[in-house]
Amino acid sequence: MTYTFNETQMAELNRLVARYPEGKQKSALLPALHLAQDSFDGWLPTELMDYIASLLKIEPIEVYEVASFYSMFNLKPVGKFIFEVCQTGPCMISGSDDIIAYIQEKLSIKPGETTKDGVFTLKLVECLGACGYAPMMQVGKIFREHLTKEKVDSIIAEYRATVTN
Amino acid sequence: MGVKLLLDKANVPGIRTYEVYRREGGYRSVEKALKEMNPESIVEEVKKSGLRGRGGAGFPTGMKWSFIAKPEGVPRHLVCNADESEPGTFKDRYLMEFIPHLLLEGLIVSSFALGSHDTYIYIRGEYAWITDILEEAINEAKANGWLGKNILGTGFECNIHVQRGAGAYICGEETALIESLEGKRGNPRIKPPFPAIQGLWQRPTVVNNVETLAAIVPIINLGGEEYAKIGVGRSTGTKLISACGNINKPGVYEIDMTISVEEFIYSDEYCGGIKGGKRLKACIPGGSSVPILPANLLLKTATGETRYMNYESLSDGGFATGSMLGSGGFIVLDEDQCIVKNTLTLARFYRHESCGQCSPCREGTGWMEKILHKIEHGHGTIADIDLLWDIQRKIEGNTICPLGDAAAWPVAAAIRHFRDEFEWHINNPVLSQTSNFGLQHYADPIHVPA
Repeated sequence: MTYTFNETQMAELNRLVARYPEGKQKSALLPALHLAQDSFDGWLPTELMDYIASLLKIEPIEVYEVASFYSMFNLKPVGKFIFEVCQTGPCMISGSDDIIAYIQEKLSIKPGETTKDGVFTLKLVECLGACGYAPMMQVGKIFREHLTKEKVDSIIAEYRATVTN
Repeated sequence: MGVKLLLDKANVPGIRTYEVYRREGGYRSVEKALKEMNPESIVEEVKKSGLRGRGGAGFPTGMKWSFIAKPEGVPRHLVCNADESEPGTFKDRYLMEFIPHLLLEGLIVSSFALGSHDTYIYIRGEYAWITDILEEAINEAKANGWLGKNILGTGFECNIHVQRGAGAYICGEETALIESLEGKRGNPRIKPPFPAIQGLWQRPTVVNNVETLAAIVPIINLGGEEYAKIGVGRSTGTKLISACGNINKPGVYEIDMTISVEEFIYSDEYCGGIKGGKRLKACIPGGSSVPILPANLLLKTATGETRYMNYESLSDGGFATGSMLGSGGFIVLDEDQCIVKNTLTLARFYRHESCGQCSPCREGTGWMEKILHKIEHGHGTIADIDLLWDIQRKIEGNTICPLGDAAAWPVAAAIRHFRDEFEWHINNPVLSQTSNFGLQHYADPIHVPA
């Protein structure tokens, strides 16, 4: 598969590159990968990384080594919504274990897996900086905080509704 | 109520917008700095203020600024470290989310002092919605003449750019952050050369934490000497503390560093006491990497003195009986918490976040996690405790960056203060799966239930 940014996405890439001095366009790599991941299927296939490399005029390996280093870049297909549940100390002492177990039960998937219908992926992550509002998870751009089992139910229902409608 | 310099206007409706922020006296420090002062006099004021880096290390900011090299014809850069990732820390998030213009104001003054025309905010990737808030604030500031060319007619040009990271704790280390900003893996650099000489794109660079840069605003407005009068000793000014864990009122609090730890935990103005009327067992007072303290050493020092919420008092007794103020990530554990499990989650965190450059950290963090996992799940031996101790000791001080130390300290402190809990876990492999060691002698000596 080949990937091409549309006009809006290309304008955004150019805006990102313009923030750095001439010849330092590689600095835009992390933002460019975010843009690529968000613009297509939520993950970074090799062909997409190669496309980014060509746009930034760098070697593909320079993209691969960065994409594999940072935990927010997905190198495998993911569901439409990723539940990234924090499991680090402050969330753990506030009950994240129960929340993680409950999500697994509700969605019948283990961490790292995606539901059969391709809607949800469960990912366990380390501290997201919401320790005072624990337990919490990130879904897309936003944080869902002060999680309880009831709240998890309504969040799942909320996202499911956006797919079925 | 203590003095508030950063969050004093946090509750004003609409303070996130330029209009309200300006009406409330915002951007005055830029006018004062650009019109009445010069870069050298600003650095002097910051030195006089005694401000210490608020990211965790506590290095004097004015001194850090004075190290920046000024070779002819080479641009210099200020980089704002907004990669807040130390477990327990969420203060910078609060500041950027609710008062973004305060950070921008501090950045403009600091950029002027350091001669940075292109200043970068490196924000952790997960704070995606805050990136939008900052971009919006930058556009407002630009539209009102505080950014761009010829600010206030002084000829000074400054642009602020926001760059998102992508999920790597290590990028909070300043040279890893610079690497990441250059579009590379976040591998810390070997120092020297320090960033002040060769930083971003090999140019002289200063990297400062969000709260540090915001504190420049009151320092310029009040003057360094007045700022230094707030607080105590070498803990000048105010500090943001993000409190979490088993307390009634988790959140971000601004303190003036003269209050006691007891007051901070139990007063309704701050944490509001332990949740559910339980008893305090332990606390990690400055972000996950600083030593955990049992309640009896937290509220009073080993010599029986009251412990205060400041750099010196929290580290009183060294690592033997004290801890650190660190980033201000204040994690409170109640009587039902298991120290072994808590230490395990932190060890897992550091294993996950190790960049892998240095063997002691790359291998050691994995070993520590495995051994703690064994102990937690009832398969540990007494020799494992000594092995853990040995590994942490071999990581500390033997790595390029401080992540190694940060991974070693929590394990060391847990064993130092809670060795009997580890032993109990090992000697009661079945019981420890369903019940808890409890408080034993760690209990808070002040709040004794009747």
